Amino acid sequence: MPLSSVLSSLMAVLPLFFVLAGGSILDFRIPWGFPVGSFHVRMDMLSGWFVLILSLVSPAVALYGRGYLSNRGETVLGSWTGFFLQMLSGGIFMVLISYDGILFLLSWEVMSMAAFFLVMFDHSREENRRAGWIYLVATHLGTAFLFFMFFLLGAKAGSFDLDALLGLGGMANLAFPLAIVGFGAKAGFLGLHLWLPEAHPAAPSHGSALMSGVMVKTGIYGILRVLAMAQEWPQWWGWLLLILGVASGLGGVVHSVVQRDLKRLLAFCTVENMGIILIGLGIGVLGTRYDRSVGIIAMGGALLHCLNHSLFKAGLFMAAGSVIKTAGTGDMDRLGGLCRTMPRTGMAFLVLCLSVCGLPPFNGFVGEFLIYTASYLSVVPGAMSSVGLRIGGFVAISSLALVGGLAAMAFLKAYGTVFLGFPRADGAVGADPGSDMVVPMSSLAILCLALGLGGSASILMAGSVATAVHPLGLSLGTLAPLVKVSKAYLNVSFISFVLFGVGFCLWWLRARLQRDRTVSLGPVWGCGYGNPSAGMQYTGSSFSQPVFAAFRSFLRSEVGGSLPEGYFPGPSSFHAETSGVFHRYFYGPLFGTVMKVVGEARKLHHGGTHLYVFYVFAALVVVLLWSLR
Amino acid sequence: MMDRLFALVGVAVALVAAPFLKTVINRTKAAVAGRQGPPLLLPYRSLVRLMSKGAVYGSQTTWIFRAGPVVSLVATMGALCLVPFAGRPALVHFEGDILLMAYLMGVGRFFTVLAAMDTGSSFEGMGADREAFFSALTEPSLLLGVAGLGAITGSLSLSGIYGKLGGSAFLGSNLPALIFILAAFVIVYLAENSRIPVDDPTTHLELTMIHEVMVLDHCGIDLAFIEYGGALKLWTMGLLVSGLVFPGGTGSLWLDVLLSLCCLMGFQVAVGLVESSTARLKMGRVPLLLAVAFVMSTLWIMWVVR
Repeated sequence: MPLSSVLSSLMAVLPLFFVLAGGSILDFRIPWGFPVGSFHVRMDMLSGWFVLILSLVSPAVALYGRGYLSNRGETVLGSWTGFFLQMLSGGIFMVLISYDGILFLLSWEVMSMAAFFLVMFDHSREENRRAGWIYLVATHLGTAFLFFMFFLLGAKAGSFDLDALLGLGGMANLAFPLAIVGFGAKAGFLGLHLWLPEAHPAAPSHGSALMSGVMVKTGIYGILRVLAMAQEWPQWWGWLLLILGVASGLGGVVHSVVQRDLKRLLAFCTVENMGIILIGLGIGVLGTRYDRSVGIIAMGGALLHCLNHSLFKAGLFMAAGSVIKTAGTGDMDRLGGLCRTMPRTGMAFLVLCLSVCGLPPFNGFVGEFLIYTASYLSVVPGAMSSVGLRIGGFVAISSLALVGGLAAMAFLKAYGTVFLGFPRADGAVGADPGSDMVVPMSSLAILCLALGLGGSASILMAGSVATAVHPLGLSLGTLAPLVKVSKAYLNVSFISFVLFGVGFCLWWLRARLQRDRTVSLGPVWGCGYGNPSAGMQYTGSSFSQPVFAAFRSFLRSEVGGSLPEGYFPGPSSFHAETSGVFHRYFYGPLFGTVMKVVGEARKLHHGGTHLYVFYVFAALVVVLLWSLR
Repeated sequence: MMDRLFALVGVAVALVAAPFLKTVINRTKAAVAGRQGPPLLLPYRSLVRLMSKGAVYGSQTTWIFRAGPVVSLVATMGALCLVPFAGRPALVHFEGDILLMAYLMGVGRFFTVLAAMDTGSSFEGMGADREAFFSALTEPSLLLGVAGLGAITGSLSLSGIYGKLGGSAFLGSNLPALIFILAAFVIVYLAENSRIPVDDPTTHLELTMIHEVMVLDHCGIDLAFIEYGGALKLWTMGLLVSGLVFPGGTGSLWLDVLLSLCCLMGFQVAVGLVESSTARLKMGRVPLLLAVAFVMSTLWIMWVVR
């Protein structure tokens, strides 16, 4: 299984080189037997960029999966996981290169269903079946919007070939919101994100890695494809993307901080990162109208963040999987101190945390740097900037900053409670897994560092793809602003190298000075109490309590328990349950109403044959009357 | 070339003189309280004393606990190289350098917090938690304030912004915007450097501490690194704030340096006065103060964007 993934990634190298470096377009078309559509595949720069993401992550995931699934009880689907994993990769690949609406929808369904079987991997547990069900409903609701969009456009254009749909046949303003909902359900925008926190903990960790790392990006790819097909980008598209981005970023990160389960935290963090990408797209669309240099930088940032997020999020899910596999739980209030028993996983997780928080010199910083720079450029008065763009930049900066700070808090919580301190529950000690699991996540972590230190190169890479999305296309001088930013980024790499050097000197100095002195181990300060127990530690829940308190009106958590009372208090307890605003106030009532209506309609299904004969008769009479009208 | 040399000298001066800022604050507080105050060179003496000590480490701590102080000191040094002094360009400057500065301080904070959580102590967990949350709330004010300065001066690098502010051509209609940004920056400064009313560096009750409780278990060389890093942060952020009051621009290098240093010291005196005259806020009210800072950092948009 890993071998086939590696082989297919290697096979992608040559075409990717031609497309991304050479700027050529690979096109292939054969007739097929269906009455509609055609088998038309094409790899242009935009597809190539996402295929690159897929071919980086998919072999690592497959390799990790072999180790992850070894020596665990086989379930029926368990033995099929490899099959569905490959089908998911293949489905994503087909989605990315389809250049025909029908073929696209077919591939989209293959991809979605493969992911469904991954979510249902451990279907003996009830919550996993529930997660699979939520995923199935979410993905099909999204797909319904996509069907609608493609048929609307196809009916107008008379063909489903994307070339024929170019310019969206004058229906751009109708197609765009449909695309946002349809693709947004896959990408997990706030409000459409409900399946993410359910499906990711249920799926095997390498499945979550591929889903969160690559599959959700097909949603972003879809929106970019629609943008690339549109002749021009109305201003409100930019605002819609920006507002959705701010909502997803803030909503995702606030939910992420308060989670107890490691994989749920990572899932909400994906929502947050989709928000960051959307903010980039929003500024990109707004910027393109007023100031092309802003537009191209923000687009480049969004694209680059797609790549970066794939790398670190896939790695984080792998590390989380190793923790869950060896320590037996993903509950952060029960874990602790794993840094000592699984040092290699701990190291990889630390690097990936730093990347996901967007801290220099790791890769997360590069994408955010681009989006921030674009936002700053749009605030600073330029020759062509307008009040709208400036306010857009203003909104982007403030929300990116808050999201960044809270994301740091989420991952401080994740790393600090899982890998540092003492184990909070008996037996949850963990051990480093075999190298077939450590190598994939470590190589992703190393890639994160490399892309961060060589940020200038990745800025240029993403920039050339961004010019392909631009409605104005790749023209001379379009890339100039990105070249400028990538030169500025050289300073970041330079400072990082110098600081690494200074850090090593100080570390050496510290070791040197301590060599001849008394360095001993002892208990930590506990107000004179020298026998602290693991149960006295701060837990993940206590760590996120201030956020919980500050955002309680948004989170709408159910809090319960009993406080200690009296001079000799008995046992006390506290529990909090965050089911989510959307569950409770939107989807719950919505599906409740649907069920009620459907329940009423069910009464027609009486089951008695005589009644059905009556229905047939009544229908005949109605048709007769209607035709005699 | 001369600019580079000047900036290098500026960094060197900061590396030497930063601990003295603590003396200024403490002497101010002493003067207000009618005490004699600590010796002028006390911060240096304690640094030397700490550097010559051995260490006791918590039995459960890992390399992260030992690396925390080094990383945060190095990150602050990096931030120091990006901040302009006396209206002259900083050692390194490029468009968007404020991001690197803010995020480098973020790296330092990340490792300080991790080091605190490495001990497994509840006290340090508390401090870590508060530090992480409050700094998440201050970051938007800093970045948005700088965006405002950028919008006023039309420049994107800190050196460009502070260099142009000195021209005083931007006063007048933009003055209210600048004042609000200054107010926001002062609150950011107090929060980031763990001063009253956000945090009390002299408190003796672990339950109410933020920064100090995170470093309870650091000692010897590690504590020296933390203290020194804290002093450098006072200097770095101090330049950002005091540069708004006097950014330079008299034309004479020596006069600029002298006035900038006076502003920096004067600002520390002001911090000392704030510390003497206010009590620290209840922990639950700190987010409100930071929200006030955020609002003030947004207000420039009324004057600048029309």
